[in-house]
Amino acid sequence: MNPDTRALLTVSDAHVAYGKVEAVRAVSLEVADNEIVTIIGANGAGKTTLLNAIMGILPLKGRASLAGADMAQLEIEDRVAAGLSLVPEHRELFSAMNVEDNLQLGAFRVAKAAAAAAFERVYALFPRLKERRRQLAGTLSGGEQQMLAMGRALMGAPRLLMLDEPSLGLAPIIVADIFRTIGELRAGGVSVLLVEQNAQAALQIADRAYVMELGEFILNGPAKEIAGNDRVAASYLGFTHEGASGI
Amino acid sequence: MNTTIMLFLVQDGITNGAIYALLGLALVLVFAVTRVILIPQGEFVTYGALTYATLSAGQVPGSARLAVAMGVVAFGLDMFAGRRSLHLRLVGRALAVDIILPSIIFALTLWLAGRQTPIAINIALSLLIVAAIGLFLYRIAFQPIAHTSVLVLLIASVGCHLALQGFGLVFFGAEGQRGPPLSDAAFTVGALRFSGQSIAVYAITAAFIVGLWLFFGFTLYGKALRATAVNRLGARLVGIRTTLSGQIAFLLASVIGAISGILIVPITTLYYDTGFLIGLKGFVAAIIGGLVSYPLTAVAALVVGIVEAFSSFYASNFKEVIVFFLILPVLVLRSLAAPAVEEEKD
Repeated sequence: MNPDTRALLTVSDAHVAYGKVEAVRAVSLEVADNEIVTIIGANGAGKTTLLNAIMGILPLKGRASLAGADMAQLEIEDRVAAGLSLVPEHRELFSAMNVEDNLQLGAFRVAKAAAAAAFERVYALFPRLKERRRQLAGTLSGGEQQMLAMGRALMGAPRLLMLDEPSLGLAPIIVADIFRTIGELRAGGVSVLLVEQNAQAALQIADRAYVMELGEFILNGPAKEIAGNDRVAASYLGFTHEGASGI
Repeated sequence: MNTTIMLFLVQDGITNGAIYALLGLALVLVFAVTRVILIPQGEFVTYGALTYATLSAGQVPGSARLAVAMGVVAFGLDMFAGRRSLHLRLVGRALAVDIILPSIIFALTLWLAGRQTPIAINIALSLLIVAAIGLFLYRIAFQPIAHTSVLVLLIASVGCHLALQGFGLVFFGAEGQRGPPLSDAAFTVGALRFSGQSIAVYAITAAFIVGLWLFFGFTLYGKALRATAVNRLGARLVGIRTTLSGQIAFLLASVIGAISGILIVPITTLYYDTGFLIGLKGFVAAIIGGLVSYPLTAVAALVVGIVEAFSSFYASNFKEVIVFFLILPVLVLRSLAAPAVEEEKD
């Protein structure tokens, strides 16, 4: 990867604090065009905090830029318009509105013609949503809600989609489905920044990975190498490699 | 009591109740979208009514000047908020909305005052003036503190009410005013006499309710407003500006308030401070609707109107007491039925 020309998202020396407690310390990260990058780490490592700060929900100290443009002055809504989209951990759907309205609002900043095309793409990715398009979002199953949250984010035609724990609380078969879809996003020209506790699934679809512990990145590299790393295997994948390996 | 009197009271109650319904709906809307309990709603009523009455008397209402002054302040705030990235587009937009728009309205007012203008023009102009005031009120008083607690917003709301009422005294004087009716027509059905004005009240209330239903159900901006009410963070994440939703909500509320005022002012004499009490009755309806339910609010408003009509017949001294007493059993019941809710933070 050549960071000067192809970096879509660049975060350098980022600190995020809740009051005086620093939850993220001196983190630097890059996502290139058409790349799937994952951040893995234990509960409470600061992954969600970092994503929220990149989105502008929390104040970020340091530098964050999208396609070379600094985002410091941008509100959440401006970042959405610039092509950044977050599917938050709690999904934040419009529960009292139906599936189609949720999707339509996902395209709030998008021209009408583009929104019609986005509808078709999202329904092709998630046929279940099309079946349920008149149903209230709050009455969907967990997996369907996750699909709707991703669909809503994709309606805005983002350049970078940030996913916060998409597998949380879902049955394994649905998780497999969701991860397959994440893999397919690349074909549509969407880069992905994926935060996951399910390290195994995340490392399988990602190009590169960062490992986060106690608010800092302790490792990063191609996903295959990270998956082959002893420490990662022991801490996050639940097994150890025979013999030495590493990066 | 005979049937005629009863029918008469019910009719009177429904006419007033329709107005309270409009105001109650506006209160629910503003609270859902911005978490502001809109105490100055009553001032929108007064301003709409007295601006219309003043225009009809051929004079220039002071509220038009207020709109210009508030626009200038709003422009200053817009420039200050955007000081780090002053694009031409941002400045142009602020200039158009904050300065040029109220100036045009003011110029129109100056030009039309004193001419024999038809009622429809006076109404349109009054609505424009109050709409501008509502929009700028949000920009000046509530947008900078939009993220604070409901209590802070409520206190700001009380402050706005007092300020606007004071300005109302300056602009419209302590004397009560009446405006010309929308229509002098009248007809009788049995013992009941329907004036054109009361028909207008029913028709406009019904039209507004249908219009709001269409707006929220079928337009992108209406849905965006609902989305903001349902999930503020979710709305921001799809790019809906909280400030835009707030401005639309205040715009709607001020227009609804002004319409209500214009509908009442031919029936009753309005003073600069009458609006507050009228607004409070809409508030009673909104509280009965739990500040969330539009249909319940509309029904409650009719009940408030009818209770008011009957109590003014039987115990006119206690009219207001009885109406506001309605709120107590509802609050008790609601506090028993509803689980304690933590205040939303964002």
